[in-house]
Amino acid sequence: MAPPHPWLKPGVIAGACIPAAVIVTRATTGNLGANPITEALNRFGLCALIFLMASLALTPLKLVTGWTWTVRIRRNVGVIAFCYASVHLLTYVGVDQGFAWGTLFQDVLKRPFIAVGFLAWLILLPLAITSTDGMVKKLGFVRWKQVHRLAYVAGALGALHFYMRVKSDVREPLIYAAVLGTLLVLRVVDAIRNPKPKPKPRAAPRPEPG
Amino acid sequence: MAKLPKEPSSSEITPESAYLRRREFIRNAALFTATATGVGGSVVLLGGAGPLGSDGGAKAPAPVVQGPAAAGPAAGNQTAESEMGTYTKNAMYRVEEKQNSFEEITSYNNFYEFGTDKTDPAKNAHTLKTKPWTIQVEGETAKPRTIGMEDIRQWFSLEERVYRMRCVEAWSMVIPWLGFPLADLIKKLEPTSKAKYVAFATLVRPEEMPGQRHSILDWPYVEGLRIDEATHPLAFMAVGLYGKELPNQNGAPIRLVTPWKYGFKGCKSIVKIRFTEKEPPTTWNLAAPSEYGFYANVNPDHDHPRWSQKTERRIGEWKRRATLPFNGYADQVASLYSGMDLHRYF
Repeated sequence: MAPPHPWLKPGVIAGACIPAAVIVTRATTGNLGANPITEALNRFGLCALIFLMASLALTPLKLVTGWTWTVRIRRNVGVIAFCYASVHLLTYVGVDQGFAWGTLFQDVLKRPFIAVGFLAWLILLPLAITSTDGMVKKLGFVRWKQVHRLAYVAGALGALHFYMRVKSDVREPLIYAAVLGTLLVLRVVDAIRNPKPKPKPRAAPRPEPG
Repeated sequence: MAKLPKEPSSSEITPESAYLRRREFIRNAALFTATATGVGGSVVLLGGAGPLGSDGGAKAPAPVVQGPAAAGPAAGNQTAESEMGTYTKNAMYRVEEKQNSFEEITSYNNFYEFGTDKTDPAKNAHTLKTKPWTIQVEGETAKPRTIGMEDIRQWFSLEERVYRMRCVEAWSMVIPWLGFPLADLIKKLEPTSKAKYVAFATLVRPEEMPGQRHSILDWPYVEGLRIDEATHPLAFMAVGLYGKELPNQNGAPIRLVTPWKYGFKGCKSIVKIRFTEKEPPTTWNLAAPSEYGFYANVNPDHDHPRWSQKTERRIGEWKRRATLPFNGYADQVASLYSGMDLHRYF
């Protein structure tokens, strides 16, 4: 039987491609300002942060609204965030720095904001790899879920990376930090109010991780 | 005999189940489109790919250049006619590198008084009223006074200088400024022997400068130079570029240009000049003392704590280029700093 809302996942994925298409089109047609490389770099990074926050918002959204569709697209949104983070990283490494590995290596070691951003990407990498149905089964849902809580750490590092990058106007990064904090509080409040019974060993994996 | 239409082959016949679900198909297609538009649109609106200020200024007409025969103070200098009157193209101060376009120079600016995005100044600076304009001269001067912009313009004939501009954020441009040497202005302002430094301040007018409605920086924006730096022949006061009046987003009506220093030293829309005995406070140094020093000389060997200063992106170029000590003006200005530890006085 077809799942409910067959349009949902394809719609989200197609929609997620729109900002990338807009950025690339603008950059290649001279509509991304006088410094298109830096501009594209910043925008890909911002997209990564937005989608990461969105993926983290889906569970709290379910808790607040009772909608269940939110959790069915959660992994997709997370993978989208990883894709944008990877494009952001590749733009920096390849386009901005021209694969100057010596400088890049020094940058990661010497510059906290780059190290923080890179660490966020490193955390997202295994989460993206283990985002398939097969990997959920292989790890066992409970363990999988524990591992994937690292997404919050990646989100915090992403917001910190943004905060450390700006020269003096920290209002925008602080908004992301506030959103992340709110989401975390919602999760913690829920965990306190609805303590979960200890999971039985080898609980039957649900088809969609909740 | 009329041919009967051929019966369609069975593969062409829509299965009844699909036919019955056509409404569902249309509905799903509509919901798919709505979802995609909603997701893509909101991320674009949140700034992930959002619109840029498009009014980056009109293309400047090329100034009419007369032959070298036209009189100029130095040999090889040409003169040109423009809306700013006749001016000299100073051959001594002319970087032989591709100049950035008027569009680039006027659409990609750091001028936090009008917003922190590079495109904000071009979008917002039109509200600034630059006429009338006066500059208050105070401190260690024989003649504290307020001077009108027209007087200053009458004092000096204009010259064009093509300078590199290196931003502390590791991008750069080549800009044909129009103005006069700061040394000439300082002479007119009659500093006393106690004047060891000269400080500049930008206008504070939040109703015309929307960025000043937030305390992103301590307003007014203040900058300063040692007096020997200020009287160095490279130090320049710009009132125009590309033969046109200085656009507001570039610091109209008058701004400082010190090409061997990072761009933030170039105080814009100046309303106050103060001669001092002690080193004056400077805005970015106050905001982040470990990141921005008083001197702010371009130095590829002294990294910003958060990024390298070894290379820069020339606006309009694909590959990064090496940053030069003192932005390529070392042979002219390095002697100002002989004996100084440039890592300490960065």
